[in-house]
Amino acid sequence: MFTPHTKNDVEVMLKSIGAEKIEDLFKVIPEQFRYPDLSLAPRLTEMEAVAELENIASANGTTKDFLSFLGAGAYDHYIPAAVDNLLQRGEFYTAYTPYQPEISQGTLQAIFEFQSLICRLTGMDVSNASHYDGATAAAEAVILATGHFRNKRKKVLLSRALNPQYRQTIRTYMQTDETLQILGDDAETGTNIKNLIAQIDNDTALVMVQYPDFFGRIIDYKELIETAHAHGALVAMAVNPTALGLLTPPGDLGADIALGEGQPLGIPLSFGGPWLGFFAVKNALLRKIAGRLVGETTDVEGKLAYVLTLTAREQHIRREKASSNICSNQGLMTLAATIYLSVLGKHGFKQVSNLCYQKAHYAAEQIASIDGFEVMFPETPFFHEFVVKCEQPVDELLEHLLEHDIFGGYKLENDYPELQNCFMLAVTEKISREDIDYLCDVLGEVDHD
Amino acid sequence: MTEPTIFDLSVPGRKGVTFPEPDVPEIALPEAFLREDLPIPEMSEMDAVRHFSSLSQKNYAIDLGFYPLGSCTMKYNPKVNEVTSRLPGFASVHPLQPIESVQGSLYLMYELQNMLAEIAGFAGVTLMPAAGAQGELTGTLIIKKYHADRGDHQRTRMLIPDSAHGTNPASSAMLGLDIVPLPSDERGNVNLDALRELCDDRLAGLMLTNPNTLGLFDENVVEVIKIVHEAGGLVYGDGANMNALLGVFRPGDVGIDVLHFNLHKTFSTPHGGGGPGSGPVAVQKHLLPFLPDPVVGIINEGDDDEAPLYGFIHPEKSIGRVKTFYGHFGVLVRAYTYISMLGQEGLRDAAEKAVLNANYLQEKLKGTYTLPYDRVCMHEFVLEGRWKDVPDIHALDIAKRLMDYKFHPPTNYFPLIVPEALMIEPTETENKETLDRFVDVMLKIAEEARTNPQLLKDAPHNTPIRRADELKAARDLMLCCSSGLE
Amino acid sequence: MLVPQEIKYQKTDEWVKIVNGVATIGITDYAQDALSDVVFVEFAIDPDDEVSAGDSLATIESVKAAAEVVFPVSGKVLEVNQTVIDTPETLNSSPYEEGWLVKVQVADESEMDSLLDAAAYDAYCKER
Repeated sequence: MFTPHTKNDVEVMLKSIGAEKIEDLFKVIPEQFRYPDLSLAPRLTEMEAVAELENIASANGTTKDFLSFLGAGAYDHYIPAAVDNLLQRGEFYTAYTPYQPEISQGTLQAIFEFQSLICRLTGMDVSNASHYDGATAAAEAVILATGHFRNKRKKVLLSRALNPQYRQTIRTYMQTDETLQILGDDAETGTNIKNLIAQIDNDTALVMVQYPDFFGRIIDYKELIETAHAHGALVAMAVNPTALGLLTPPGDLGADIALGEGQPLGIPLSFGGPWLGFFAVKNALLRKIAGRLVGETTDVEGKLAYVLTLTAREQHIRREKASSNICSNQGLMTLAATIYLSVLGKHGFKQVSNLCYQKAHYAAEQIASIDGFEVMFPETPFFHEFVVKCEQPVDELLEHLLEHDIFGGYKLENDYPELQNCFMLAVTEKISREDIDYLCDVLGEVDHD
Repeated sequence: MTEPTIFDLSVPGRKGVTFPEPDVPEIALPEAFLREDLPIPEMSEMDAVRHFSSLSQKNYAIDLGFYPLGSCTMKYNPKVNEVTSRLPGFASVHPLQPIESVQGSLYLMYELQNMLAEIAGFAGVTLMPAAGAQGELTGTLIIKKYHADRGDHQRTRMLIPDSAHGTNPASSAMLGLDIVPLPSDERGNVNLDALRELCDDRLAGLMLTNPNTLGLFDENVVEVIKIVHEAGGLVYGDGANMNALLGVFRPGDVGIDVLHFNLHKTFSTPHGGGGPGSGPVAVQKHLLPFLPDPVVGIINEGDDDEAPLYGFIHPEKSIGRVKTFYGHFGVLVRAYTYISMLGQEGLRDAAEKAVLNANYLQEKLKGTYTLPYDRVCMHEFVLEGRWKDVPDIHALDIAKRLMDYKFHPPTNYFPLIVPEALMIEPTETENKETLDRFVDVMLKIAEEARTNPQLLKDAPHNTPIRRADELKAARDLMLCCSSGLE
Repeated sequence: MLVPQEIKYQKTDEWVKIVNGVATIGITDYAQDALSDVVFVEFAIDPDDEVSAGDSLATIESVKAAAEVVFPVSGKVLEVNQTVIDTPETLNSSPYEEGWLVKVQVADESEMDSLLDAAAYDAYCKER
């Protein structure tokens, strides 16, 4: 399959090499290990493979079949047709990393535009060409910060309202640094930002918060940022890019690092990936940023050109001295985000951001008015996600909603034992008022006994 | 022609894709949190489409021509992969849905774990790592945790052959391991004497790329692994070069303890202009408890009437989570599709034709270009891009001149142990005529190097841009477009 | 290639000159030439740090390469050269004068004895 060789080709080529049969080329492999018998299913033609994959896919329920209020780090937004259509150009998706700028200007300029869009959305000075996802971008922020202080500051503070998966990933990445303390996200500190601020000291390298936070809340981080900076610590903000259509960007708030999950920018949910992690810093940290960077320059004729730059920081040159081993970026996903933001433009993107905000608030208000349901943190503004407390076990409630073709939300008590009977709903522009009213009808039918 | 950026194309007030007006009562966002300005482009949908179409035309790609980029396995990316991975049943699934509603996805992942384990000879596989480099990080973390779990905290030395990819030392160093370089012998194998000397109770492991970056299968692989194991170390296999071995040899059979795959190399998933990749990691039985959390498993066996229930299992001594959710699922669907279409027979055929193509090219080119390690190669080989009689010509010049002939250059200046290296990997999907054309051009360039060296020094001549000023890019850093900003 | 007589060298291409117990350290002409155009210098130490011979001093980046610089002698860091941070190309134009990297209060001057003199370093470079 996919090999073009005719019998004659093989014969001619073998003759040229001076071998009798193809097997002769593998004599270097110890004989007892050569040509193992593999237990794999018989091969399929394209037609059969498509049928098989369609069959497997049909065993899934999708956000098209169900009314979905799932969020918690992944959001079901409308993706304009132009995005995927352009992504399917072979010139984009079958190209490799743009190491040869003369024949990679398309990819390079698209990354340059992506970097610029991220800087403009986040209010930061420099963006890299992306990390794998929001969680790994968060881990890279911790690596950057500890390296920035040459490992002299031994404390990193994470908000408990930072996505639990980001916190887990950070701990995985940093587990071999036995002297580093990762604190601030314990139950005792809780999700009140005051308790986190109280822990900032001169040994703190980095404070990481989320904006809007994991529960969708829009927190005022002014005091936290001031306190961190007064102690010489860096501040990283994990941000939802959709919210930045409306909200003051982290750069304006004084964050040193802005990072986040780029999935909401035109990338399908696809059961968790591939997505993209964006990562941007203020100029002072420019040289500390890991991953690829595209810069503008000229060619020998003076023509505008784009190249990968500052590559001497990277693993293929610095080897064990590199601060990160990353050697890819989410190339095609950054292209998706760049096309998404371009075809929506300022107007469309603001519309999406506003629709999410308005519909989520309508939903919260309606749910709050149903007996037996309480919207948590009522005093704190939120964006498009909010926490609801119910009277029965969350599993039972979600099961009930599932029977009515609703993915009702994300159960919180596994990550937050203090939030018993709580679940979280996200509302995007794809949800209509009718959908919300239907959800409320179903919730209203719930037996509270 | 220079293509303006999206910011240059922006005209205030122009709209692209629009959305319905709110169908709910609108309330105001608290003033204090509102941003003042949103400086993203304003353009029509068609203008955006033309812009990105125009950018695409400035790229070289597998779909356009031969891409013999060593160590990158630029094989054909079957179009059917793009169809299956976009099926709504895969693309429109939220990762937090109830497991009963994602049995298709979980089944596919479970099966792919088993396929990869079977192909490489291992007990278990995690699909979570996002790329080869993250697979390496995962694999080395597993090795580190394995030793720590046994109380062997002094095992901090990772041996890395001098021919290894730069990511090997970078991954190990991220975890605080001490990197000890291991020399190659004159045949390009691991130097056994040097290896023996370095094996003691400080040894954590050896990172072995086999075939190595010279495209050579290590003739002493069994002995190498034995030496490391006897010293209590583990062997990490860099699976970047698995394309040579599909259906021919299983690294797990000779005792490699951990191995990462690059689905975007070996299993035909597209490189996407630099990503997304996918770097599953396979382990032997003794390392299963250390896999990232979660892995996909059967949580209820089922019976004659009921299908098994797939779900997540949590390895007891797991190194933890290395990214959000479960891996690059969309990439996994493509790899699954590919393996289903090849089966055992097709996998072996792919490896055999990849090796045949490489040896054919090596044979045709080695008289004109110096071949430092002259033996049967696997799926790739390394030439020297220099000649004594024309000392001004470098590998870079040859690479750039190839572009004028509509070929992507080979990898150059890697591996570091070959001066002016040109690393050539044709892959199995290229036909003989393409290889012959490439040979003709390579021979012609060798001739031009003597008759008209300036042609090489000035190359490329007819690409969208000529050679770029990389010093200027690094000195006058311009990483963000300021067009339209105050 | 310039190899001034009055100073000492080590094989990793650093030079060191001691005046009144204060060592000035930089990289050699050979090193700057091998790196070609330097675009960035990142120091691994701050003033007042106590350092030992062999410790990492800085990383120097050119367009295509990065080189680690290590301390040839032990002591206390007195000063880092702001000029090479602001204008890294100084390392190319004046490796032995304006392009010095750090000054160190030397702990033990006898460490100088194990370093190469100009003739030995020159011979070493010519072999490479």
